[in-house]
Amino acid sequence: MGTNANQQASNAHLTTPTRLTGAEIVWATLVGEGVTDVFGYPGGAILPVYDALRKFPIHHVLVRHEQGASHMADGYARASGKVGVAIATSGPGATNLITGIATAMLDSIPIVCITGNVSSKVLGTDAFQEVDITGITLPVTKHNFLVNRTEDIAPALRSAFQIAQSGRPGPVLVDITKDAQQGSAIFDFAAAKPRAYRPHPMLRVEDSGLAHAAELIRNAKRPIILAGHGVSESGAMEQVRTLAERAQIPVALTLLGLGAFPASHSLNMGMMGMHGEAWVNHAIQEADLLIACGMRFDDRVTGSTSTYSLKSKKIHIEVDPAEINKNIKVDVALVGDLREVLEQLLPRIAGRDGSAWIKTIESSKGAVAVRDIKNLSDSGHLYAAHVIHDIWRITGGNAVVVTDVGQHQMWEAQYFHHEHPRTLITSGGLGTMGFALPAAIGAKFACPDKEVWVVAGDGGFQMTAAELSTIVQEGIKINIAIINNGYLGMVRQWQEFFYERNYESTPLISPDFVKLADAHGIQGLAVRTRPEVAGAVEAARSAPGTFLLNFLVEKEESVYPMIPSGSALHEMILRPGHDPLLESPDDK
Amino acid sequence: MLHTFVAYVEDLPGVLTRVASLFRRLNININSLTVGRSERVGLSRLTLVCEASTEAGDRIRASLYKLENVVDVDDIAKDPAVTRELALIKVAASPSNRSQIFDLVEVFRARIVDLTSESLMIEMTGVESKIEGLIEVLREDDGRILEICRSGKMTMRRGHHTSSVLKAMGAKTEDIADADAESSEIAKESTVIEPE
Repeated sequence: MGTNANQQASNAHLTTPTRLTGAEIVWATLVGEGVTDVFGYPGGAILPVYDALRKFPIHHVLVRHEQGASHMADGYARASGKVGVAIATSGPGATNLITGIATAMLDSIPIVCITGNVSSKVLGTDAFQEVDITGITLPVTKHNFLVNRTEDIAPALRSAFQIAQSGRPGPVLVDITKDAQQGSAIFDFAAAKPRAYRPHPMLRVEDSGLAHAAELIRNAKRPIILAGHGVSESGAMEQVRTLAERAQIPVALTLLGLGAFPASHSLNMGMMGMHGEAWVNHAIQEADLLIACGMRFDDRVTGSTSTYSLKSKKIHIEVDPAEINKNIKVDVALVGDLREVLEQLLPRIAGRDGSAWIKTIESSKGAVAVRDIKNLSDSGHLYAAHVIHDIWRITGGNAVVVTDVGQHQMWEAQYFHHEHPRTLITSGGLGTMGFALPAAIGAKFACPDKEVWVVAGDGGFQMTAAELSTIVQEGIKINIAIINNGYLGMVRQWQEFFYERNYESTPLISPDFVKLADAHGIQGLAVRTRPEVAGAVEAARSAPGTFLLNFLVEKEESVYPMIPSGSALHEMILRPGHDPLLESPDDK
Repeated sequence: MLHTFVAYVEDLPGVLTRVASLFRRLNININSLTVGRSERVGLSRLTLVCEASTEAGDRIRASLYKLENVVDVDDIAKDPAVTRELALIKVAASPSNRSQIFDLVEVFRARIVDLTSESLMIEMTGVESKIEGLIEVLREDDGRILEICRSGKMTMRRGHHTSSVLKAMGAKTEDIADADAESSEIAKESTVIEPE
């Protein structure tokens, strides 16, 4: 961590053009862009940069694997709304970043990855630890730069920050050759400012489009707002809420949209899509108007596109023109920043009576909606739903929850009720197992005062469990809940439904996670029964340091409801006749 | 349907890869691609022809725009435009049968740009079908064609037209990237079609 003297020196660099080495320029530019924490791993081709770090007021988090660095930068960005920064060396260091970069790309997360590369003289000669990382990452970055001149470092980095955050956000990689880091140039932060942001020329919100949208909303009998990740990215929570409340339109959320509209709001129907509640998906199929706000009609949301909501007109408000009519053909496209578009649209929206449609949806919920898990009697079995529910109840829903990918991720989405944006951090698009632990570390650095929970499966946790050491080295507090069912649960579920229960390669031996935590000097507790859950959650919360809870849950439980991949939204596999929250398959 | 995209791209290393990679990812084959200097300093103009569904046009255009180095994209489609291709064709010809080829060249309004005792080179500019026509006739004699080099299509809209994007960028000499003496030299060399 830099000292005050460092702070003053690097502030001076920002105002007075100074001759600096390329390595110093990297840090000076990051300071200028407001960066306080970076996540990385040193190596030969990035050593000059590491050597210069001590002169700058930036905290570097040493990861245990570069994938962790890109996930941490991602978690940092998702939790804070700022740009996350990851640093790695050339070759394997750079390639290890890729899974994290692709994760950020698919979920439109602004991160900047800085990699060292071999000297420009040997570029392209298969030198030791040389890899064409700009070539490799071309399809999974919003843009990338290969910098081989010291004077280009500051402009490239500043452009990278602008590109990462503007329009539809995304990851940017800046690859800097070692000789560029070692050379020197005049660092002029102001002069390195990128050209003015050029909005996508196909952004178009025409008066006629707004009028048409307003007319569709006015005449709709069964409208639904589909709210996605774009709501929080654009900061349009208030506008979406105003639209919903004024026109009395129920709201369905995508996985990444959770939190963008309060779970407790009477117009919130819940999550749509593959593991969304049946009434939400049925309502979408029956709707006569869909107002898609900052979402992209992902296949996990639509099921079969040929049968998707055939009775409805569709309004698509979206910042990326390439998403219009990509998956679902829409009637009105308002292409622009969601908040700005809604601000233009709202004056044209009058109050309307939506009670009949809301009543229809309410009545379709049936018994499921009124059932509260905590009132269910204990069958002696521990279910993931209980665990998630208790974490939600005990934290008052105020925690930032970072999930991995799989069954536990869907249960989290179903049973943890998010009131605020940026409180659920999850890999939706790429579905990256191993995401949770490193992303949570990033989130904790972004929000040191917030309670951060990892919810991970036994499979995904083992993919990046090495980052437990990073937690210890950094002395941060995170609460970790492993939903341990001894299977790669979601894959097992697919094998159960679609592959005649051929559980090939899904049963999973894991280490004793509590002992693993102990080996790191982290406290832990195994939980086997439901009555222990609440106490364990409290114990984790009140412990001064990171705490790991190993929840040994029902092994062969499935996530319901479920739309089989490629089926229509109304062709859901519903919860079986017996109540899986009360009974185990073993009870039969 | 056949789509013709005209794009202004920054004249930097790797830009062509980014454009080509977009089509690769969509598994769309590029029928033809020509790139050269434009009237704007630091910007290259490319014409790209590909076969894709009618609906794909808008999405490809939108996706091209998303590339940081792409400044302007026009989907010419069916709008009135002039499209030309340049072909260089080397044919085997001895002094005894040259005159036959001279006649052909005149009929097709092509011209001879190189002549040796064993071969001659034909330069032809025109629409694709015209070039195909000349090649077809030349092929009537087996083994006569030695080499064919075709530029691919280049397209320009008819009439007075400047895209709103380029208009917003102002005068055509405005710098996007600094042009140095070296690059303007290359510009002269890459001028393909000489005024007749």
